[in-house]
Amino acid sequence: MCLDTLIPQIGIITDIRQETPDVKTFRVNAPEGGKLFEHMPGQCAMLCVPGISEGMFSITSSPTNQEYQEFSIKQCGILTDYLHGMETGSEIMVRGPYGNHFPVETELKGRNLLFIAGGIGLAPLRSVINYVLDNRDNYGTVDILYGSRSADDLVQLKEIQEVWMKMEGVDVHLTIDREQDGWDGNVGFVPTYLKELGFSTDKTALVCGPPIMIKFVLAALEEMGFGKDQVYTTLELRMKCGVGKCGRCNIGSKYVCKDGPVFRCDEVDELPDEY
Amino acid sequence: MQELVNRAGELLADGSVARVLGWKAGDLSYNPEPAYFENAEALEQFVYNGFCGANLSKYMIEASKLEGKTLVFLKPCDTYSFSQLLKEHRVDRDKAWIIGVGCHGKLDIERIREQGIKGIELVQEEEDSLKIQTLYGEKELPYQSVMLERCYVCKGKEHRIYDELIGESKETDTGERFAGVAEVEAMSPEEKFAFFQRELSKCIRCNACRNVCPACSCRKCVFDSNKFDSAQKVNVDSFEEKMFHIIRAFHVAGRCTDCGECSRVCPQGIPLHLFNRKFIKDINELYGTFQAGEDLETKGPLTNFTFEDAEPGIVAERG
Amino acid sequence: MYKIEKEKLTALFQMIAADQELFLPIRNGGQVNFGPWSEAVEVDLETLNSVKSPKDVFFPQSENLYTVKQNDGHMCIEPEELKNQDFVVFGIRPCDVKGVEVLDKVFLVDPLDSYYAARREHATLVSMACNEPEETCFCKAFGIDCVEPGGDVAVWRVGEELYWKPLNEKGEALTDKVKSLLVEAEESCVAEQQAAVRKIVEKLPYADLSLDGWNGEALDAKFNSDIWEKLYTPCLACGTCTFVCPTCQCYDIKDYDTGSSGVQRYRCWDSCMYSDFTMMAHGNNRTNQMQRFRQRFMHKLVYFPANNGGMYSCVGCGRCVAKCPASLNIVKVIKAFQEKGGEL
Repeated sequence: MCLDTLIPQIGIITDIRQETPDVKTFRVNAPEGGKLFEHMPGQCAMLCVPGISEGMFSITSSPTNQEYQEFSIKQCGILTDYLHGMETGSEIMVRGPYGNHFPVETELKGRNLLFIAGGIGLAPLRSVINYVLDNRDNYGTVDILYGSRSADDLVQLKEIQEVWMKMEGVDVHLTIDREQDGWDGNVGFVPTYLKELGFSTDKTALVCGPPIMIKFVLAALEEMGFGKDQVYTTLELRMKCGVGKCGRCNIGSKYVCKDGPVFRCDEVDELPDEY
Repeated sequence: MQELVNRAGELLADGSVARVLGWKAGDLSYNPEPAYFENAEALEQFVYNGFCGANLSKYMIEASKLEGKTLVFLKPCDTYSFSQLLKEHRVDRDKAWIIGVGCHGKLDIERIREQGIKGIELVQEEEDSLKIQTLYGEKELPYQSVMLERCYVCKGKEHRIYDELIGESKETDTGERFAGVAEVEAMSPEEKFAFFQRELSKCIRCNACRNVCPACSCRKCVFDSNKFDSAQKVNVDSFEEKMFHIIRAFHVAGRCTDCGECSRVCPQGIPLHLFNRKFIKDINELYGTFQAGEDLETKGPLTNFTFEDAEPGIVAERG
Repeated sequence: MYKIEKEKLTALFQMIAADQELFLPIRNGGQVNFGPWSEAVEVDLETLNSVKSPKDVFFPQSENLYTVKQNDGHMCIEPEELKNQDFVVFGIRPCDVKGVEVLDKVFLVDPLDSYYAARREHATLVSMACNEPEETCFCKAFGIDCVEPGGDVAVWRVGEELYWKPLNEKGEALTDKVKSLLVEAEESCVAEQQAAVRKIVEKLPYADLSLDGWNGEALDAKFNSDIWEKLYTPCLACGTCTFVCPTCQCYDIKDYDTGSSGVQRYRCWDSCMYSDFTMMAHGNNRTNQMQRFRQRFMHKLVYFPANNGGMYSCVGCGRCVAKCPASLNIVKVIKAFQEKGGEL
């Protein structure tokens, strides 16, 4: 029987990594092994803990990963507090995938890609980056600009340093907000560093991070000559049903859970100024 | 009414007040809405008639935070609410210029409809009657027969707090204030339960009663807390139906001025005032007669301790 | 076309209720709302509008979605049973029928809401034409003819008789069941009454309400107008308008821990007028009542039409006009923009 999309499946948390002081990455598998469902990069899923709450989180692992799915979650509320207290082997309810995805098989194919992320914003972009790296020939150059408050707040640092930085045709630029002992990389905010690096406008930008960072990055990209149809971003609003019915994430005529969370910047311009 | 408009215009023009809080004419005869007026042109839409039952004191909580004074028109019953809010430090006396308006009792559109009147095109208020033009013929009703419930047990047409007074009032009370409560008290437990079950089962948890109540001015109502399992937007079972109203009555007990707004706004016509009046009756019996909002000095019995206060054992004695 | 005498209605209801649930307008404690029929209830077909719209029948104010139980330390999800029995909704007005069609556009689109879909599939709507429209009605502005009801069976009250006309297969099936109580009648019997009621509709205070300028493309023109600041001021942020409205469809999903019987995940009506509607862990994108007030009407008159080929999320039933404690309503919003052309 085909169950209603509001009814979750039961998954098992098979691994938990502490990425930064307030971010953990959870690996979820189906009880009998393997993945709970297939997804495309940028899509999200609802993680539910009965009696506590449910929340929409982007799936940070790429669909090219055949074995498991991962969620990088920042501790900032009732649900995430509970999740951070969980242990491997615990059961968790998952429903999804929800939302649209980055057009990796259509518009983005063959393009030079510029990923710009801040803090936990790397989580959704990571699924795209790994997808692109697993299908390397389908895409042009790859630049990754990632910044966080401090070196301890860089998510997935190990993967960045040991995998991405070592790949050909991939340029990684890291930055942190303030000077820190033991850090000899760039120091400065992401939008500032972006302008300093001065990327050519033959790239398509994918931006994700805290709203304030997105705002300044978009302004910087425009200044640098990027057209609005060359920049993709993700919007985040409170979501409950995940399927565009309950009205919570409604903005303009769009539902962020269904028509988003991925939007091209010219689409974002058409939305009312409520974000 | 013209006197009110003129006075408001004067105070706006000479800068004594920054805005006027009154009622604006609706598009039907009977639906004026509370509104702010900022200039003489806007005042052309001002109206004060028998359908201005809305109590404007609660809007003064927000108006107190705005720049400059707000001229507010308060009916006698509204002034009790304002005084009570003042005692609770929820409104700023210096931000309010109060004109106490005369009142002949206010009309209840639901009572008019209950007389089988529909398709109302125009309502004309005469001295003692209403001439109603409808799509289905002309009707006439005695004014006194279709007033809001609270007008029949009016506490008196004397304004408790004001800066000036405009307009004549007319006494309207004909009933015994606690008659409704006594009627329910006289029922057997089974009848009482059936009565409340029938009334409260209609409740749709719209929260209009809470939001309009001047005594309910908490910035974050306890019922909106997300730490409860119950939804606060729906009565999942019959226990929840009653729980909300009984708890809310407890929360406002001793501070409720009996302004009657809760019953006026309930879309399902639930006689909510009965709960609050029962509490007032009990408080009067246990602590001596007390009317919230009557003045600015008297301490509320539930927020003040005296050695004459009733002992807890009285619960067992009188039930 | 068939007909049945008013006095035989109880027998009709008994016949229908013998093998399925029957919902109709019931008078309880002085108010009329839709509820299940039984011998003890007082049916009220004279009152024009129930206080709460009948959307409750398809989209209940609260319903359990599934229950999560613990079995030997493992979670086990028990979905709630979908509606699998037929039922009849009798006496639903033309505006409310259109309201159900608006809800269909939300709940029946992909991904299908199976709870709603099951109820919709099993329902037979017996809609009742209006006899005495009231001053709060403005269904005409939304293209609804109150004497040509939609649904599965259309019913007209003319004098002491009810005329009954099945409109489709479902309607025919129900008609077959109750045929023994019905008598054949001419279609023309209702024509005179229809004409008379249409004349009244033309004279209603809101007969000329125009929706010009309100459509899917009106976002920029309407959203940034400063009229909203003036319109919203009396709004108490209660939720009455959303709860009595036949087309409001926002809901919340919450958990209820019953203890030993598991955790029930249920959904319940919610209101975009409530302050916490869009609250997130890092903030709220609608922090004041003006924004929420604006959102409700922009959704009903601009966003919903943009997504649904021009169909408005309002049917002109007039409940908000009658019930708002601060006397605000969608008509005042529409008119404010008409008069001021979008500017103050």
